[in-house]
Amino acid sequence: MPQLFPRRANALPTVTLFGALGGGLLLVAFVWYYLSPEFYEVGYAPEQPVPYSHALHAGQLGMDCRYCHNHVEQSPHANVPPTQTCMNCHGVVKTESAALLPVRESWATGVPIEWVKIHHVPDYAQFSHAAHVNVGVGCESCHGRIDQMEVVYQAEPLSMGWCLECHRQPEDHLRDPALVTQMGYLEQMTEADIQQNRERIEREGIKPPQNCSACHY
Amino acid sequence: MTHRSLLALAVLAVGLGGCRGMTSEAPPIHPNLNMDYVQRFEAQEANPFFADGAAMRTPVAGTVARGQLKTAENAPFEYGRTADGAYVPEVPIEVTPALLERGQERYNIYCTVCHGYAGDGRGIVAVGNGGLGYGFSVPSYHTDALRARPDGYIYDVIQNGINTMPSYGHEIAPADRWAVVAFVRALQRSQAGSAADLPETERERLSTANPNVRQN
Repeated sequence: MPQLFPRRANALPTVTLFGALGGGLLLVAFVWYYLSPEFYEVGYAPEQPVPYSHALHAGQLGMDCRYCHNHVEQSPHANVPPTQTCMNCHGVVKTESAALLPVRESWATGVPIEWVKIHHVPDYAQFSHAAHVNVGVGCESCHGRIDQMEVVYQAEPLSMGWCLECHRQPEDHLRDPALVTQMGYLEQMTEADIQQNRERIEREGIKPPQNCSACHY
Repeated sequence: MTHRSLLALAVLAVGLGGCRGMTSEAPPIHPNLNMDYVQRFEAQEANPFFADGAAMRTPVAGTVARGQLKTAENAPFEYGRTADGAYVPEVPIEVTPALLERGQERYNIYCTVCHGYAGDGRGIVAVGNGGLGYGFSVPSYHTDALRARPDGYIYDVIQNGINTMPSYGHEIAPADRWAVVAFVRALQRSQAGSAADLPETERERLSTANPNVRQN
């Protein structure tokens, strides 16, 4: 009677065992790396109808964020500025620029510019800018160094895990509400600042919600 | 090429091709889009129903929202004018240190771009373009003509604009406009005053402190 399994089948148990272990590890690594919002969410930088540069306006000209996003302290929605805000300056500055043609067209016709939204949280998760800005969560914490972005890209994953990280440990991210729009603050944050934040959280009763009804209603 | 090096190449391609932190024009992949974009319009979304494509509609002219009726009584606050149309001579709300601080903050956000931090008309837009500016001049606040204007006039300029300066009424709310007016008045005082106008303690600090060191 011939042998049912050839000799090389002796390796089968070893290969199966290590294949299962290594394959499992590979699978975990793949999911952890490729299926996380850090991978598929961060870095989204669509082309905009007007090549607007935050690096120029907020960085070089040193304009405060609230000049254009002026409802960020009162409203859940941090507005994209209307064409009117662009025309505050561009009614007289660079009036011949070809890049600004869509702005002038929008001003003349009243049809809004179709900016592409980058930071989109699903509509079933409600977010309020005012609630965060007024307790001192800086723009930089969630949007990155906007003042260095020629084209805006999404700098943070905006996933629920990422939100909760800060709601569980807000002292690492808070700052004096007067400094919310200051860029580069986080790099200089010290242990003393974090300690001050802990005291402020205690004193002002800042309680970042961790329940469903805070955001999901 | 052996199978082994092919496999290594494939692994390398996947590894490098999927580098985190790279920017991409491709929108994020959301496998379940059920409620990502729900069938209602949120602020500043697009609505294909209307000709201009905007979901936010302009209110009909002449309509008044509840709580926003402008009357002869609140005309000084809302318009900077009294009921008979004259500029109000002074800020119609109480000027407190808190209001001035608020005014300074708002001024630094909206006004410094052209008018400069000192109100001398040398903001970044006015002196930009390699120092040439952009073909318009920004007047300094520190002239007798502007010092003599009533407070309501400054309010009116913020609200409605003047010459090449557009209206800031859509950006700054009435209470903040008055805060800015108060701060502009303080700026004018700061450039026209002398050391004798200062309180004793401040004068002492000025005369002793090194101006190059920030005092906290």
